[in-house]
Amino acid sequence: MAKVMFKRPAALTDKQFHYCPGCTHGIIHRLVAEVIDEMGIRDHTVGVCPVGCSVFAYDYFNMDMFQAAHGRAPAVATGIKRTLPDRMVFTYQGDGDLASIGTAEIVHAAARGEKITTVFVNNAVYGMTGGQMAPTTLPGQKTTTTPKGREKEAAGLPVKISEMLSTLDGAVYVARVSVHDPKHITQAKKAIRKAFEVQQAGLGFSLVEVLSTCPTNWGLSPKESLKWLADNMLPYYPLGVYKEPAEVK
Amino acid sequence: MSKVLMKGNEAIGEGAIRAGCRHFFGYPITPQSELPHYLAKRMPEVGGVFLQAESETSSINMVYGAAGTGFRVLTSSSSPGLSLMQEGISYLAGAELPCVIVNVMRGGPGLGSIAPAQSDYFQAVKGGGHGDYKLIVLAPASVQEIIDLMQVAFDLGDKYRTPVMLVGDGILGQMMEPVELADEVTLPEITAKPWAAGGLKGRETPNIINSLYIVPEDCEKLNHRLFAKYEAIATEETRWEEYRLADAEIVLTGFGTAARIAKSVVDKARAEGIKAGLIRPITLWPFPSKVYAKAAEQAQRFLCVEMSMGQMIEDVKLAVNGKKPVHFYGRSGGMVPLAKDVLAEVKKIMAGGDE
Amino acid sequence: MLQEVLIAGFGGQGVLSTGQLLAYAGMIENKQVAWIPSYGPEMRGGTANCSVTISDEPISSPLVTEPTTLIVMNRPSLDKFEKAVVPGGIILINSSLVDQKVKRDDVQVMEIAANQIAEELGNTKVANNVILGALIELTGIVSIESVVESLKKVLPARRHNMIPVNRQALEKGTQLVLEKGTQLVKEMKK
Repeated sequence: MAKVMFKRPAALTDKQFHYCPGCTHGIIHRLVAEVIDEMGIRDHTVGVCPVGCSVFAYDYFNMDMFQAAHGRAPAVATGIKRTLPDRMVFTYQGDGDLASIGTAEIVHAAARGEKITTVFVNNAVYGMTGGQMAPTTLPGQKTTTTPKGREKEAAGLPVKISEMLSTLDGAVYVARVSVHDPKHITQAKKAIRKAFEVQQAGLGFSLVEVLSTCPTNWGLSPKESLKWLADNMLPYYPLGVYKEPAEVK
Repeated sequence: MSKVLMKGNEAIGEGAIRAGCRHFFGYPITPQSELPHYLAKRMPEVGGVFLQAESETSSINMVYGAAGTGFRVLTSSSSPGLSLMQEGISYLAGAELPCVIVNVMRGGPGLGSIAPAQSDYFQAVKGGGHGDYKLIVLAPASVQEIIDLMQVAFDLGDKYRTPVMLVGDGILGQMMEPVELADEVTLPEITAKPWAAGGLKGRETPNIINSLYIVPEDCEKLNHRLFAKYEAIATEETRWEEYRLADAEIVLTGFGTAARIAKSVVDKARAEGIKAGLIRPITLWPFPSKVYAKAAEQAQRFLCVEMSMGQMIEDVKLAVNGKKPVHFYGRSGGMVPLAKDVLAEVKKIMAGGDE
Repeated sequence: MLQEVLIAGFGGQGVLSTGQLLAYAGMIENKQVAWIPSYGPEMRGGTANCSVTISDEPISSPLVTEPTTLIVMNRPSLDKFEKAVVPGGIILINSSLVDQKVKRDDVQVMEIAANQIAEELGNTKVANNVILGALIELTGIVSIESVVESLKKVLPARRHNMIPVNRQALEKGTQLVLEKGTQLVKEMKK
């Protein structure tokens, strides 16, 4: 009898993703869904999706979902977790949502040690609104609002979320991963799993920053995008585990 | 029943607890801070959650999360904090989530003053946030009524799946008055919420808490559904108090603290031979327009008393619909009308001095 | 009857709790009562005041702008509120703490060395109740029994041993009025 080698995770619906060709959101969705399946937690997991390209994530994750106001997902997740402490609660947020308009919410959810997991997708640009500068846009990177490239004097320098949040005592697991090649995708999945395990063990706040691509707004082909990520984002945003509790090491 | 002396802000908290609310998210601001103080102590006693959020923006979104899982949830603030919450309130309305939001109003605009005011009437009843929506807005005028209306607020929110606002002012929040409290608290039965998104737990189809309708036709359908609901609320849930209205030649009107003052003026005016009466809206939305329309058949004049530059008067005028003159007396910025000044205004109007 | 009492002094002098005690006593007598504190920055600066309204009629606003009685526990409060008292109203001054005289001649004034008296009774904490006793005798706003009854409700059980000394303080205030202020009493009870 043939063995099923590849199937859609139960934690994803059969709705087709709306993401652009070459966008890595799809990979990251799948990693989250696989982790949920493998941990057997779909029945008591609640997700919160952001405003941004992944605004429709509630259509893709096959579980109870909330759509939150721009940047407020960590506050919404806090409200969910505080009413139902035995549920697994995660937020899925992009860089505009989390690192710009929602900095207060993410910092304080982390500071409180809120027992939620955040999947933070950093592709260094605003996607849905048309390729504007994100807080994580690299110095010199061209966007529709930095047509000559991001200049320090006018637009400041990028926010390094993993480094920043890992200084908070309440954030117990913080890791930065990437999905630009299979090896890194495997590592990314391990990190996401650990983040959920940290929550399951009730240890505190956990976050995985995932470096991601945006071929459309970067103006590159999907393949070029993967190379651009490796060449430009990796040096600026070093991968690794920034913080890890002994219990899950 | 026990009679106790209780502060308005504490009554909000106790009223919520007695209504079965076990979750509070809020941020300190004068003049409502005794409410978080009270609940910080009281919630753990009843196995509830008190959380001091990092901002009002976060409080209201925590409310969104908690309401979406089907729990009774409360947040509270004062005017500037309510401005920050408007985004979240619009989302709560769009996602049809029941919750109770309290505004203990203070003087504005801007940082304004911390003294009692009613100048957030428009914000409360005309939308406040973006989009086509209404809140049920309740306006108690005494500490006892705060306790009673907190129960009503949670019940109406659940019944209609809608956010409910309770508005007071610095006086109502800070003052102590006697209240009757039941000695035995029986928790109210809370309606089942099959729409709540607290995890599948064996359910097949996921529940989604959402206010995004990207297809305009769908978004319009949402608005039609909301407004059908608002119509039902207006028909069923409009509340008001009438006082010495039947033969009144001048009808005083106002809500909350201003209505208390107006009511005392009605008696003072009657003592001086002026036939005065009172309409006090208890629901600011839905507004008891029909009561004014009916009163306008008999009364000669109306006087709207507010702790603002005149906001509710617009709804009074719409209700009276030009049939009779509607006069205004208000103090703003945190100043409170004095009964003797309102009485002087009544006399002036009845002498025809304000044409 | 409508009594509007403003109690003003430093924070920590029991200004707010004395007001609450009075309001509680009014409630026990089934009168309409309201209590409201000053709130905001001025209370951080050390001064505190509260208004107590006790009435037979429903109370329109608890804010007292023209008190029928002013109780003064520190000098700044006398400066601030002397003018506000209604003509014919009462100003009760804790003269242990305030050496200033009232300038107006259209109000009834009674100076009470409340701290000194309280000390003689053996507990400085009951100073406010000496003044409250005088207020009760002057105005009949509530009865001493109602205040004592309120103390049973307001004080935690472990402090009920304080009730007798509080009663003594209230009675001392009453006695002072009967000794010093008979004229005053007649005036006010008209």
